[in-house]
Amino acid sequence: MRNLVIGGVLVGLVVLAAVLSFFWTPFDPVRVDAAHRLLGFGGSNLFGTDKFGRDLLSQIMVGARTTLYVGVVAVGIAAVIGTPLGILAGMSPRWLGEFVMRVNDLVLAFPALLLAIMFGAVFGADTLTAMVAIGIATIPSFARIARSGTLQVMSTEFVLAARAGGRSRLTIAVRHVLPNISGLLIVQASVSFAIAVLAEAALSFLGFGTRPPTPSWGRMLQESQELLTVQPRLALVPGIAIAVAVLGFNLLGDGLRDRLDPRLAARV
Amino acid sequence: MTAKVLRRVAIFVVSVLVASIVVFLFMAVLPGDPAQVALGVNATPELLAKTRAEFGIDRPLVTQYFDWIGGVLHGDFGRSYVTRDTIGPQLLDRLGVTLWLVGAGMLVALVIAIPAGTFAAVKHRKASGAGVSGLSQIGVAIPAFLAGIILVQIFAVQLRWLPSGGWTPPDQDAGEFLRGLILPALSLGLVQGAVLTRYVRSAVLDTLGQDYLRTARSKGLRPGQALVRHGLRNASVPVVTVLGLQLATLLIGAVVVERVFVLPGLGSMLLDAVSSRDLLTVQGIVLVLVVGVLLVNFVVDVLYTVLDPRLRGS
Repeated sequence: MRNLVIGGVLVGLVVLAAVLSFFWTPFDPVRVDAAHRLLGFGGSNLFGTDKFGRDLLSQIMVGARTTLYVGVVAVGIAAVIGTPLGILAGMSPRWLGEFVMRVNDLVLAFPALLLAIMFGAVFGADTLTAMVAIGIATIPSFARIARSGTLQVMSTEFVLAARAGGRSRLTIAVRHVLPNISGLLIVQASVSFAIAVLAEAALSFLGFGTRPPTPSWGRMLQESQELLTVQPRLALVPGIAIAVAVLGFNLLGDGLRDRLDPRLAARV
Repeated sequence: MTAKVLRRVAIFVVSVLVASIVVFLFMAVLPGDPAQVALGVNATPELLAKTRAEFGIDRPLVTQYFDWIGGVLHGDFGRSYVTRDTIGPQLLDRLGVTLWLVGAGMLVALVIAIPAGTFAAVKHRKASGAGVSGLSQIGVAIPAFLAGIILVQIFAVQLRWLPSGGWTPPDQDAGEFLRGLILPALSLGLVQGAVLTRYVRSAVLDTLGQDYLRTARSKGLRPGQALVRHGLRNASVPVVTVLGLQLATLLIGAVVVERVFVLPGLGSMLLDAVSSRDLLTVQGIVLVLVVGVLLVNFVVDVLYTVLDPRLRGS
C-alpha cells in the first residue's frame, strides 16, 4: 500500500507538471535571456537559469511533457503489439507458440538504446524514432507476460466451459483471457514506463532523442556537462526529475503488483 | 541434458544467423548512397559508379550479404566507407575496452548486490532491511550516466582522487588503468547493483521459508551456515537469469558511460560511426553487440540447466 501511495504521488507530480505546462509555466522555457544567465536557486527563478538564461523550472515542466509523451507512445506500441502476440502464443498450438516466443527472443537481442541508435542512423534522430525504437524493444516484455498469463487462464475451468460451449477462440481471448491478464499488463506497463523514461533520457543525453529547442530532461543533463564544475545545479535539477519519474513508475508498478497479487506483497 | 544443451546451441546459431540478416537488411534499405556520402555532392557519375563497385554495393543484396557475413566469420568486417580503414582490428581493440568496463561494472554490481540483498532478506522485518530495500529502489531510478556525472563531480573535480575520464591500456600502466576504470565501473555497476539487490533479496526470501532450510537447521546448522550451504545455491537460479539479462543491459549501458568518461570503447565507436554515416562500421558494431546479447542469453540458458537439476529432464 505504501509503494502504491508514494508511487502514485510521484507520478502524479510529473503528470501535474506536464499538464500545467500546457497552460502556464513561470517563464517561457525556450526564451534566451542573456541578462539572467546562470542564476542560482531561489529568487524569481526557483530552480535558477541555464547558460542561456532559460528558466530551469519551466524547462523541467515542459520536459515532463516530453517524458510522458515518449513513455505513453512507447508503452502503447509495446502493449498493442505485444499483448495480442502473447495471447496468440499462449492459445495456439505448441509449435506456433514456440515460434512466436523465439521471434520474441530475437527482438530482445536488440535493446532499446541500440535500436534507437540504428533508427537514428537510418531515419534521423528525433523524439519519434526514439519512441518507436523504445516501443519495439519493449514488445517482448509484454508478449512474455501476456503469454504466461494466458497459459494460466487457459487451464482454468471457466475457459474449459466456454470452449465446451462452442465459443470461438477470439471470443475466449477477448472475454476471458484479456480481462484476467489485465492486472499483469498494467503492472508491466508501469514498469516499462520507467524503463522508457530512462531510455529517452539516455538517448537525449547522447543526442539521439528529442531535438533542441524542445526541452528534454536527458538533453538538459547533457548540456549541463560543460559547466558541471561551476554549476552542478544544472545537472542536479534534471537528474532529480528523471529519478523522481522512474522511482514513481517503479513504485507504482510494485504497489499495483502487491494489490493485484497479495502473495507477492512480502517479496520484492 | 545433452539433448537440451544441443537444442540451445541450435537455437543460438539460428538466432545469430537471423539477427545478422536483420542487421544487414536494415542497413541495406537505408535511404542514401554510401558512395555519395563518401565522395560528397560534387562527385561525377563515373566516380560514383567506380566507388560503388569498389565498395561492392552495386552487386545483388544476397551476394553482398554472403560476402559480408563470410568475411565477418573470418574476422574481416570490411573497410570503412569513410576512412577506408579495415574495420575488424579497430573493432576488436574497442571491444576490449568495453569488455573491461562491463566486467568491472558486473563485479561492482555483484559485490554490492549479494551481501546487500541477502541482508535485506534476512532482516526483512527490521528497519535495517527495509532501509536497504528503499536504497536499492532509489538506486534503480538513477540513470548510469547521471551516476557518472555525480561521481566525476565528487571524486575527480572536488577530491581530485581519480581521473575524470580517458583510458590507459592495462599493458601500458596497470596502476593508471585501474584508476581510470574505477569511476566508469562504479557508475555502471552501482545502478545494476541496485537492480540486482532487489532480485537477490526476493530469491533469498523465497528460500528462507523452504522446508529444506528448516531441515538443515534441525540438523544443527546455525542460520548463517544453513543459508550459505543450502539457501544461496537455490537462490542463485533466478539470480543467474537476471544476471544474464543484466549483462546485456550493461553491454548497452556501457555505450552511454563511455560517452561520459570519453573511453575509446565500442559505444563511442558506434556513436562516431553514426554521426559520420559510416554505415558498414555501424553494421559491424551492431552485429557484435547483438551477438553479444544473444551469447549471454545462451550461456544463461545452459547455466540454468546445470544449476537446477529439475530442469534437466523436462
